[in-house]
Amino acid sequence: MDRKSEQPELADKAKLYWRENIKLVCGLLVVWFIVSFGAGILFVDVLNKVQLGGVPLGFWFAQQGSILVFVVLIFVYVGRMRAIEKRFGVSDE
Amino acid sequence: MDTQTLTYIFVGFSFALYIGIAIWSRAGSTAEFYIAGGDVHPIANGMATAADWMSAASFISMAGIIAFSGYDASVYLMGWTGGYVLLALLLAPYLRKFGQFTVPDFIGERYYSKTARVVAVICLIIISFTYIAGQMRGVGVVFSRFLELPIEWGVIVGMGIVFFYAVLGGMKGITYTQVAQYCVLIFAYLVPAVFISILITGNPVPQLGLGSDVVGGDVSVLAQLDGALVDLGFTAFTEGSKSKLDMFAITLALMVGTAGLPHVIVRFFTVPKVSDARRSAGYALVFIALLYTTAPAVGAFARLNYIHSVDQQSYAEAPGWVKTWEGIGLIAWMDKNDDGVIQYGAGAPFEGRADYTGETGPSGERLLANAPTDAANEIVVDRDIMVLANPEIAGLPGWVVALVAAGGVAAALSTAAGLLLVISASISHDLLKKTFRPQISERAELLAARGSAAAAIVVAGYLGINPPGFVAQVVALAFGLAASSLFPAIFMGIFFKAMNREGAIAGMVAGIVFTLSYIIYFKSPWFGAVNNADHWLFGISPEGIGAVGMAVNFAVAAGVARFTAKTPPGVRDMVDAIRIPTSVAASEK
Repeated sequence: MDRKSEQPELADKAKLYWRENIKLVCGLLVVWFIVSFGAGILFVDVLNKVQLGGVPLGFWFAQQGSILVFVVLIFVYVGRMRAIEKRFGVSDE
Repeated sequence: MDTQTLTYIFVGFSFALYIGIAIWSRAGSTAEFYIAGGDVHPIANGMATAADWMSAASFISMAGIIAFSGYDASVYLMGWTGGYVLLALLLAPYLRKFGQFTVPDFIGERYYSKTARVVAVICLIIISFTYIAGQMRGVGVVFSRFLELPIEWGVIVGMGIVFFYAVLGGMKGITYTQVAQYCVLIFAYLVPAVFISILITGNPVPQLGLGSDVVGGDVSVLAQLDGALVDLGFTAFTEGSKSKLDMFAITLALMVGTAGLPHVIVRFFTVPKVSDARRSAGYALVFIALLYTTAPAVGAFARLNYIHSVDQQSYAEAPGWVKTWEGIGLIAWMDKNDDGVIQYGAGAPFEGRADYTGETGPSGERLLANAPTDAANEIVVDRDIMVLANPEIAGLPGWVVALVAAGGVAAALSTAAGLLLVISASISHDLLKKTFRPQISERAELLAARGSAAAAIVVAGYLGINPPGFVAQVVALAFGLAASSLFPAIFMGIFFKAMNREGAIAGMVAGIVFTLSYIIYFKSPWFGAVNNADHWLFGISPEGIGAVGMAVNFAVAAGVARFTAKTPPGVRDMVDAIRIPTSVAASEK
């Protein structure tokens, strides 16, 4: 922190940017956990009582659904980070 | 044209393509050799990452494991894809911003220590060699079955090809061959899957075929499979036999391990910008998901087809593929009730691994010296053959079989090349240039990189000819090692400025020693340990122990860091700099 106090504005901006980033990452990781460890493992038996187009729902999450959600999560992260970086003026694009 | 000629043409054509690319993209500098000059387009890098990532285990073994363990195999599907979320969100952008050549580079600089760098190199070498053994064995299986070469010759041919483009082209050559290899392997995986899905369900999309009704009936594929398996005495396909805790631990170890694998991480050093690293991880997962969402369908179809084609079939009239695979020792049938008919069911048909006597029985089968068990089951099949035999089982034309052979070779070679590159870079760059001989010239370093790649290929080939266990099993263990050593050190290096040199080194050592000891204790024959849930720590299998090893790493690192000297201010500034994509913050340095 020491040398940064000479440029307080920049240091604050970096800190705020980092906080936004952490918030976003935590939110996305909660979803990541729920679709895989939650739906695919811990609550698989309950979800299996529901059928999704011929596949028990828990089994579907474990073998198909979680993977599709993972892909969406990364692209949501890419999009949101781009917006955050533009806002804080730290975008490399 | 017969299948074997077609296979020679397909595999030969793909080899010519890889060699052509290698010559076109020779590496001229260390930056080109280690990180392809750092200007790979994010989509190309995504494809290369997917090929690098999807190994013989993904291509050859995974659908077979799904076929024979159903829901339990979900750990591989979730574990090997979910890791990309961790990689994209927690590691890739920051490591790209750091922007050096290797993973030990980051650990060495962030923890301001040559010891940390050397510990990271040792972890990397243990992980990569565990992983590469499985790849060479995969090449051997494909060659021995489709080209009727002995396994050893298959491995040697594979080594020769990798030698050519990895040693000549370095990362640059590997990247563009991997793009080609991705195209070959995904095409080879999808074509038979689509055909089989149409044959079984009438739906050309395998992902949807999984839930569709079987042609000419009103029962879904999964329901029919569940019913057939329960009738034969197995657990239903959609239900598991592993404990929830073990499923949880294995999935976590595979996810974290994926994010911590050096040959995957280093791919993100090759793109131009931080934002490209994120995007590239997304593309990589799209390309991977294409195969990974197809695999469950392939597995379920294969099991259904397998049951129909062997159970209650007379051996004399059994389809040709049963005999060809029996011929190379990957199927074994013991006619326990002397009726000449194959009975399939739960349980091992005989004790131990198939031990052929060399004589043939009354039905023409290869006789076995093993002692029979009480189970009614008479047939055993190596899970690794399911993807390779699938087109034959489904009665698809010869060119599809040949395509699958070329795809299997592409999957194994692309991963082997990626692994060899990180091994050679860690030796020539981290050990020589950065630790023991800092004065060597770039030219000498490049020569050393090529030399160590060549040496690593020889060791890998030896491991392929004398393989430890079957492909996916060996590979699965490498993830636990990566999860317990490299991932925590990198993660804490980015997110916790307070993590210091002493903490990181102690954490890595504790994590990998714990995990490796547990695996060796249960998996090697030396201790006579019984490898089952009753004897495991908290009921966690050696495949899942990396999750515990990771926790050990974090705990030891946090404990040691509390009581040792603080991170120096210069390193804290470096962490601030890697957290921001632009160079604005870096100018403070």
